[in-house]
Amino acid sequence: MAALVLVEHDNKSLKDATLVTVTAAKALGGDVDVLVVGSSCQAVADAASQIAGVRKVLLVDDAANEHPLAETLSGILVKLAGGYDAVLAPATTTGKNVMPRVAARLDVAQISDITAVISPDTFERPIYAGNAIATVQSSDAKKVITVRGTAFDKAAASGGSAAIEKVDGAGNPGLSKFIGQELSKSERPELTSAKIIVSGGRGMGSGENFKLIEAVADKLNAAVGASRAAVDAGFVPNDYQVGQTGKIVAPQLYIAVGISGAIQHLAGMKDSKVIVAINKDEEAPIFQVADYGLVADLFKALPELAEAL
Amino acid sequence: MKIVVAVKRVVDYNVKIRVKADQTGIELAGIKMSMNPFDEIAVEEALRIKEAGKAKEVIAVSVGPAQAQETIRTALAMGADRGILVKAEGEVEPLGVAKILKGVVEAEQPQLVILGKQAIDNDCNQTGQMLAELLGWPQGTFASKVELGAGEVKVVREVDGGLETVELKLPAVVTSDLRLNEPRYASLPNIMSARKKPIAEKTPADFGVDTTPRLKVLKVSEPPKRQAGVKVASVAELVDKLKNEAKVI
Repeated sequence: MAALVLVEHDNKSLKDATLVTVTAAKALGGDVDVLVVGSSCQAVADAASQIAGVRKVLLVDDAANEHPLAETLSGILVKLAGGYDAVLAPATTTGKNVMPRVAARLDVAQISDITAVISPDTFERPIYAGNAIATVQSSDAKKVITVRGTAFDKAAASGGSAAIEKVDGAGNPGLSKFIGQELSKSERPELTSAKIIVSGGRGMGSGENFKLIEAVADKLNAAVGASRAAVDAGFVPNDYQVGQTGKIVAPQLYIAVGISGAIQHLAGMKDSKVIVAINKDEEAPIFQVADYGLVADLFKALPELAEAL
Repeated sequence: MKIVVAVKRVVDYNVKIRVKADQTGIELAGIKMSMNPFDEIAVEEALRIKEAGKAKEVIAVSVGPAQAQETIRTALAMGADRGILVKAEGEVEPLGVAKILKGVVEAEQPQLVILGKQAIDNDCNQTGQMLAELLGWPQGTFASKVELGAGEVKVVREVDGGLETVELKLPAVVTSDLRLNEPRYASLPNIMSARKKPIAEKTPADFGVDTTPRLKVLKVSEPPKRQAGVKVASVAELVDKLKNEAKVI
């Protein structure tokens, strides 16, 4: 029994989602190898080799893979999959993009977004935006799995000493090319790994008003998030979105401001350790999941909060 | 050129679902069903491309029970030209749907297939990518903008860090994210005229596809419930609780 984990990285550092996925892979009970595909990404491979419990790091380092495309990445994974019983990736936009291609090529069902490993062939995964949990058993010989980033503990990032083995890529089939990217730049922690998140919703009224959220976030060294309503209204960019179809987060503290608590938003944050809701509507559903609720005008409460911290 | 759009019949997004007492699934009796919201966005995008004069025909395809015909009718009322219903009882997994859609694509020869990025029932987020792989086509998933050229399509994708733009050679598969467009409502005259638009009926066997599930659902259970906590009266009390009771700041 052996599993291969696709490493999530930006060619410089390894993302925490990788460590979570390694934990899920270990729960399958066999050896765990990891695959780094990128360009000038030796530092990532070095970091991956330190992860506790990793047997081997496979490295495809090639200028063509600076921004790996699904069509290229799936070719590499399919080529390597022969040696493994399971192939796993974090359920990030990268993992979600590539893994179904791998599953289709291997003619197996993908098991998406698992939140628990019951046995090597049985898993739990949320359905209906997390309003139900399905326990599913796979009859396929090879498992293709994506792993929810909040559902498992992170594997220790140090203590391992895996060998790094360079492997060949699979070539670009020439069907697609990377044109460009606009990444949000922020000095704040990333949403999916932040310990504290302050999120704003439609109640914020404008993008300008998110400054009030940012002032609180800066005091707490927190990430800034948003509900779908706030993103749809153009207050903040898409990558701020927390929810069923945005990012799934589970910080120590989640402060929801001016967010009513639609099912699809709750799906993205209800596993947070402590939830605070600030909303002027005391009937807002968000209060039903909040540990601490403050019924107040956010335009008064947020400056007070920034002041008090 | 033709565009194929895949649409799925799911529990309406406004319905609060209930898990069956015997844990075999979700209570579906008497529940309102609708087109998967991401698929509505996919239909809208196909229609806009057609209305811009870049496509001749939009074909709506659904894999599901007989009632999935209503979902196709919705797409036809929005403006799609014709429908294909691939009748299949019981759960058809994304891999099975992708194989059926591959058969449809081979028969219809579209240049573009647009699907919702995921269905809000099983939240799998697989079908579009699987179809692209089976066809050997490129994919532009989680699209927030689609620009169709002569032999290629440029897709702006919503990714974890922000936005990414890729260029795909046609034919290609695109999956829609939330902000690609705002789907139109079907007008009454269009709903009436949609009744006359043709829907062809097929079965998975017509495409040589075995839809036997690979995953066995052992049980479906309620997620652990969160208890509502306490209301605090002031910002000062909130800060005090977070510091001294919850100890998270």
